[in-house]
Formats: sequence, C-alpha cells, structure tokens
Amino acid sequence: MRAGPVFESPRLWLALVPAAAWLVLFFVVPLSIVALISFLRAGAPVEWVIDVGGYARLADPLHVTVLLRSVGLAFAAMLLCLIVGYPLAYFIARRPPALRRLLYFMVLVPLWANSLVLIYAWMVLLRPNGVFDQLLHWAGLAGDAPVSMLYTPAAVLLGLVYWYLPFMVYPLYASLEKFDFNLLDAAYDLGASRLTAIRRVLWPLTLPGVAVGCLLVFIQALSAFIVPDLLGGAKSMMLGNLIQQRFLSVPQDWPLGAAVAVALLAVVGAGLVLYYRLQRTQP
Amino acid sequence: MLGRIFISAVLWALPFAGMAAPAKTLHLFNWDNYLNPQVAKDFEKEFGVRVVEDKFASNEDLLAKLQAGAGGYDLIVPSDYAVRILTRLGLLAKLDRNNIPNLKNLSPRFRSPAYDRGHDYSVPYLWGTTGIGYSRKGTAAAGAPRGWDDVFNPDKAKRYRGRISMLNDMRETIGAALIYRGYSPNSTNPTQLEEAKKVLLAQKPFVAKYDSEAYEDSLVAAETMLAHGWSGEVFTAQASNDDIAFVVPKEGSFLFVDNLAVPKTSKNKPLAEQFINYLLRPDVAAKNSNFLKYPTPNAAAKSKLDPKVAGANYELPPGIKFYSIEDIDVAGKLYETIWTELKAR
Amino acid sequence: MMSTHRVSAGLRLHVVLTYLFLYLPLGVLVLFSFSASRYATVWSGFTLDWYIKLFGNERIAEAFVNSLIVAGGATAIATVFGTAAAFALSRLRFRGRAPMETLVSLPIVMPELVQGIALLLLFALVLPIELGLATITIAHSVFGIAYVAVLVRTRLDGLDPQLEEAARDLGASARQAFFRVTLPLIMPGVIGGALLVFTLSFDDFVIAFFVTGPGASTLPIEIYSMVKRGVTPEINALATLILFGSIALIAAALHLQRRTV
Repeated sequence: MRAGPVFESPRLWLALVPAAAWLVLFFVVPLSIVALISFLRAGAPVEWVIDVGGYARLADPLHVTVLLRSVGLAFAAMLLCLIVGYPLAYFIARRPPALRRLLYFMVLVPLWANSLVLIYAWMVLLRPNGVFDQLLHWAGLAGDAPVSMLYTPAAVLLGLVYWYLPFMVYPLYASLEKFDFNLLDAAYDLGASRLTAIRRVLWPLTLPGVAVGCLLVFIQALSAFIVPDLLGGAKSMMLGNLIQQRFLSVPQDWPLGAAVAVALLAVVGAGLVLYYRLQRTQP
Repeated sequence: MLGRIFISAVLWALPFAGMAAPAKTLHLFNWDNYLNPQVAKDFEKEFGVRVVEDKFASNEDLLAKLQAGAGGYDLIVPSDYAVRILTRLGLLAKLDRNNIPNLKNLSPRFRSPAYDRGHDYSVPYLWGTTGIGYSRKGTAAAGAPRGWDDVFNPDKAKRYRGRISMLNDMRETIGAALIYRGYSPNSTNPTQLEEAKKVLLAQKPFVAKYDSEAYEDSLVAAETMLAHGWSGEVFTAQASNDDIAFVVPKEGSFLFVDNLAVPKTSKNKPLAEQFINYLLRPDVAAKNSNFLKYPTPNAAAKSKLDPKVAGANYELPPGIKFYSIEDIDVAGKLYETIWTELKAR
Repeated sequence: MMSTHRVSAGLRLHVVLTYLFLYLPLGVLVLFSFSASRYATVWSGFTLDWYIKLFGNERIAEAFVNSLIVAGGATAIATVFGTAAAFALSRLRFRGRAPMETLVSLPIVMPELVQGIALLLLFALVLPIELGLATITIAHSVFGIAYVAVLVRTRLDGLDPQLEEAARDLGASARQAFFRVTLPLIMPGVIGGALLVFTLSFDDFVIAFFVTGPGASTLPIEIYSMVKRGVTPEINALATLILFGSIALIAAALHLQRRTV
C-alpha cells in the first residue's frame, strides 16, 4: 500500500542524495578497496602490483581448514539458536500482550548489557575453580581435579549461541506475532495432531522469520573473532581471527586478509540470494 | 531547513571530536601494565601535559598497527629486535640526544646495544627474562618445573592438561621450542624449525590458551598451573598470591630489553624526548621498577630500589644461557607459517 | 483472539531453562560486582568499593565520554540522512529505486568485521582522515543510516495516505504537509530508530576496534582491554551500570512509542 501522494518534485531527490553519497563513499568504496587489495601483492603493507597470490594462499589447506571450521561452527550455532529460539518465540507470542512485551524485552536485555562483559562472565563461570566447576564437584559429578570447560570448541559454540540468540529471536518473534493462532486451532478441530499442525501450518507460515533469523545468525557467527579468541583460548582460529590477524597482527598479509573478506562476502551474497529466492516462493 | 542546519552543524563539529584533547598531549603506545600510573600522573603534573596510553600485546601487533598507518603516536615501546625492524623500515625518528641528558644514568651493560649502537633511535626502558610461572602447591606432587622439558615433554605436560598457558607471541613460543630442542631460538634452518613445530603441535592438546596478557590473573586465580610468561608479570602475581613462583628454564631462555622510541609520524617529538628523559631520572626509574617488578637498566636508580624487588629480579640465575630475540628479516616468513599452522590446526 | 491452547510442561521447562541460560552470566556479573574478593569466583563480603573505584577511573571516564561523542554524532547523521532517504524512497518512483533500497539496507546484513576492515583500508590508504573519534563516528553512521532508513520506511509505508492528502486539500504546501503532518506521524519511528542507533553505536566493539586511533578509546574498546587482562571486578561494576542504564533507556523508548499515535 503506497502511502501519500507521489511527488515528481525534483527537490525530493535532494533528500536521497546525502544518504546515497555517504553510503557510496563510506560503504561501497571501502568494500571495493577490499576487493582491490585482494588482487595486489603482499608487501609492507601492500605493493601496488596486480597479483593473485592472496587467493593462491587462500587455497592453502590450512586456510581451508579454518574456513571449514568456521562454516561448521557458524552452522551449528545457527541450528542451536533456531532450536532454542523457536519454542521460546512461540511461547512468548502466545502470552497476553502485556506479558508478551515484558518477556520479549527480557530476551533483548543481554544484548544491551555489552556483549564483551558477558563473554567475560562466561569465562568466569567456566574456568577451573569457576562456578560450574564448583557445582559439579558439589554434586559429586567430577573427579578430583578441577574441570575446565573453558578454552574448548564447545565453549566457543556456547559463546556464539549466547551472543547471537537475540538475532534469531527478533525476526522469529516478529513472524510469530503476526501469525494467527486460530489457524492452529482450526487444524486441531480438523483432527490434526500437534506435530502435523506445526509441520503444515505453523512452520510454513513462519518460514520468513526463520529464514531471516538463520541468515543473520549464520553471517554474524561466521565472522566472529572475539568469542573464539576469549572463550577458545586463541587456539581454534576462525575466519574472523584469520582476517583480523592478517591485517593487525602477525603474520601481516593484507591481500590474503582481503581475499578471505571477499570469500566471506561471497557467502553473505549467496545467503542473500537464497533468502530472496525463498521470499519469492512465499504466497 | 532545520535538517540542513543540523547536518552542517554536525559535519562542522566532527573534526573537533578527534581533537578533544588539549594542545599538549603525549600519546603513548605501550604494553599492557607497563607504566606505573603514578609516574604518568607525576609527569603530567610537573610538565602540565596529558599522557594518553594505548595498549598492544606483542611487537608484531605494534608493527602491524604502525604499518597500517596509525599515525599520532608520540612514544612507543618496542623490544630489542623490534627496534631493529622499525629502523630498517624507516619508521622511527632520530632522537635528539641533547634533549635526553639523563642517558648517562644507564648502566654500562645496556649502553650501545647491538640493535642500536648510538642510541640514535631508542633508549632502554626496562628489561626482563622469559620463564615459567607456576603454582607451588599445584606442582608439588610432580615436582616444581625446572625447564622447558616440563611444559613441552608430553609425558610431563599431560599432568597439567588444560592448565598450561603459553605466550601468544610468535617469536617467544617458537623460540622456546627451539631452545628445548637444543637449537638457537633465532634459527632459520628449516629442519630445525620443523622440529620446533612438531614440539608445539604435540603440546597443543595440553595447552589451555595462548595468552600474553591475562596469564598473571590466571595464575593468581589458580586457573593456570604453568604459565609461559615474563618475569615482571609473574613477580606481580606473586605479590598477590605467594604460592606463585618463577623459574628460568635450565635449557636457556630469552633476556629482553624493551625500549622507548619515537615514531616518525609523531607530532610531539620534543615532548616525547622530555618524557624519555623524565623516565631516566633515578627516582622515577626506581618508582616504575618497584611497581612493575621489572628490573631497570638505570644504574643510578639501584640505590632507590625496593629491596624486596631488587633481589630476585636483578640476579640472573647462574649457569643459564640467555638469548636475545634477533631480527631475522625475511626469514620471519618461516616462523609465520609455523605460527599459523599452530593456531589453525 | 487468544486461544485456550494449553502449553505443555516441556515447553515451559524449555523457556525457563532458556531464560536461566540468558541471565546466568548477567546474574554472576551483577552479583560479583558487590563481592569484596578481587577474583570473581569467590564471594567474600559485600562492598561498594568497585563502584567507587570505577568513578575514580579516568580511563573509563574518558572512554565513556568518547563513546557518547561518537554515538551522538553517528545518531545525528544517521537520523537525518536516514529519515530523508526513507522519505525519498517511499515517495519517489525511479528506475534505480530497487538497487537503491538494497544499498541502503545492506549495511545491516554486512558482517561488522568486513565493514571495519574496509573502512580501515579506506582511511589508511585513500582518504587523509586520521584514525580516531571522527573515523569511528563515520563508521557507525553507515549502519546507522541503514537502520533508521529501514525503520522509518516501514512506518511511512504504513501511514494512511488520506491524512496527507487532506492536508494538501486544505491548502498546505508539500513542505508544510511534510513537516506538520507526516513527520509528527512517523516521529515514533524516527525516535525509535535514533535510540536504536545510539545503543548500537555505544555498544559496538568490532567496527570501532578497527578504525580507532591513538587516544580514541571508546568504552567497548576499553572494556575489551580490561577483559583481556582479566582485571578487577571494576568491569562487573561497569557492566552492571551499563546494563541498568540501557534497560532504563530502552524502557523509556518503548514507553514513548506506545504513548504517541
């Protein structure tokens, strides 16, 4: 539904110019520079000579390992966020309006409490002699030595899920809130089981929300570098760490860093294409 | 109309946001916890300036940040070999020694170092050794660590699975593995480096984390039992928790000298030199050293040192070979490959 | 409208566990900000010392001010540019509109890491703007514009066209119609967008980390270096304050939104 009269006035164009110019200068151009750098030769920091060394080095088995690990963890994080987030969003969407707003607000609060410090809090919880360790010992579930859940891939996964869960819940909730639950009731009246009703009524109609949530979480998790650094003990390099180190630490290799960034952008692009494709199949 | 005024106001104010500091500000780029805050405050008061400190965690981070064009730092603190690299890359400003008369306070041992013969670009700041910080109680059962063997030998390391911390520093950690294997820690021999790599990969399952900044905290919190670390940090941990002890590995280890240098892009060179001169005052050097628990290269400061600090830090354990990290130029690529493989596997 | 469908015990348990999961670290954080022990694994007596120390901490105070400056600047730019763009996109018909719409919303999906690196390269290699508060502000304004544009656009599209037409019929010029009818109607969306951008900018670490310069530490950058050091429960105190501050701010925003039309 188009709102308001359509203006042919040339002055309306002016309204678009600032944003457009700003975005071209500070968004499009920088990204193009990244793509350009990926085709230059490594130097200190770069030499202005066209060279595909960056991509050649990207194909190195080590880097491929990092890529695969990142994709794996990001995918696992996405699935876990979905499994945890969907029932949660469903539950909230079915509450009376006042309670609904409160519960939803409560999901977003950790997002605003500064993610870094929360990761730190998880470190405190998971470290040897930390809270979980003491709990396990008290429950008699651990042996003599202190147990450390920290600095493991599991800890990284936990951190990723914790950090990105709100990004899954937000679109899911938006979708579920618009959902007409009477449809479910109708399905039950027609004799459908709980599972069938969910599978054939709820899920397909909330798919857009699921798609957005999965897309957001996957892309963000793929480029994470703080969580693997802090919760993983700087031991399991992910794409984010790779890029960050190639630019701001050792070994410095801007073309390679840029190539990885381009690869990351390609994944983002693929995800977006998939999403639009999905959108078009929706009624 | 309103919008346009708003926009112009914001755009006009933007550049000033970056210049929020008063005219005389010294931008220091330093290791974490490597300057006594009281010393900085005293300098600020005496000279009527501000000292703003940013932190980095390794020489490589420092190099990368400077090469990425981070201008605006007035004073940086590179280690010995980093001074060499920075000079080689032409990133350091030549110091005006007339502004640093207190250079005479340096102990002869630290004058005219190999990496900067005439103190043209750098002035020694603090020195220290690399070793292993450990929990006395935690290691009592198996025996206190004496050398690299205790962290690298899988039979010994597995006892402390998940409680070992190694420095997140390419040259230090690979260097330690090289020394363990009986080679020079500055080796550029591919076969020797390959051996060092194998040692590190074999050790990785027992390592909790690679960390150059928080191991002091981990030791005190008894999260880590064996921490590859720098002397001053471990002694500071010991001051909080006297169960912590420090040992220099018997196979040999690094002795490092950290220096003060001024990047070419500095806009406050005279002020930076003033600060260097200030830090060379005997009482200031002693105040700094007592707080950080790192030995000072300042001979005139010796008499003002806290005896509790002066003892353990200053005496190098006899019979141990000390190495310096050296600038190996392009051969650094070999180290970088190993480091990447260690982190990526 | 609400069905009487019962919620299974399993679902209830799931929800309870999830909230527990979400709030456990928060609880630990807040709890140990009052603990006298320097190491946040042991409780040893109630104290407000960390809060007192926090207020005397110059670095944090400076970082806090820096964060405010950056967030304020980014919000200002984003709100003005974004609202203008949303209006134009909603009203204009032109061939490049669809790509333009995609461009404007792209920064939301783009990984922060890539945006940060890209801008670092821009400032380091192309534009002679020195890394510092200005560059962080610019960086934040980019995703800010995107968020505001999307939010305001949604609001605009949902407006009843008759209201504006009525104003025009009564003799108002296009400009008057905008400022006196449309703008007040979309104001909740604009304010909501502005608050969102402010919060995002204030809390952003990744982008700021890459484009920051000497002495331009924002609060998240400062916190990161404190966390890496593993220092005192001052962080806990700081986080607790930020938490309650954010809650207050967002609650106020939500309340405001509900009150206006």
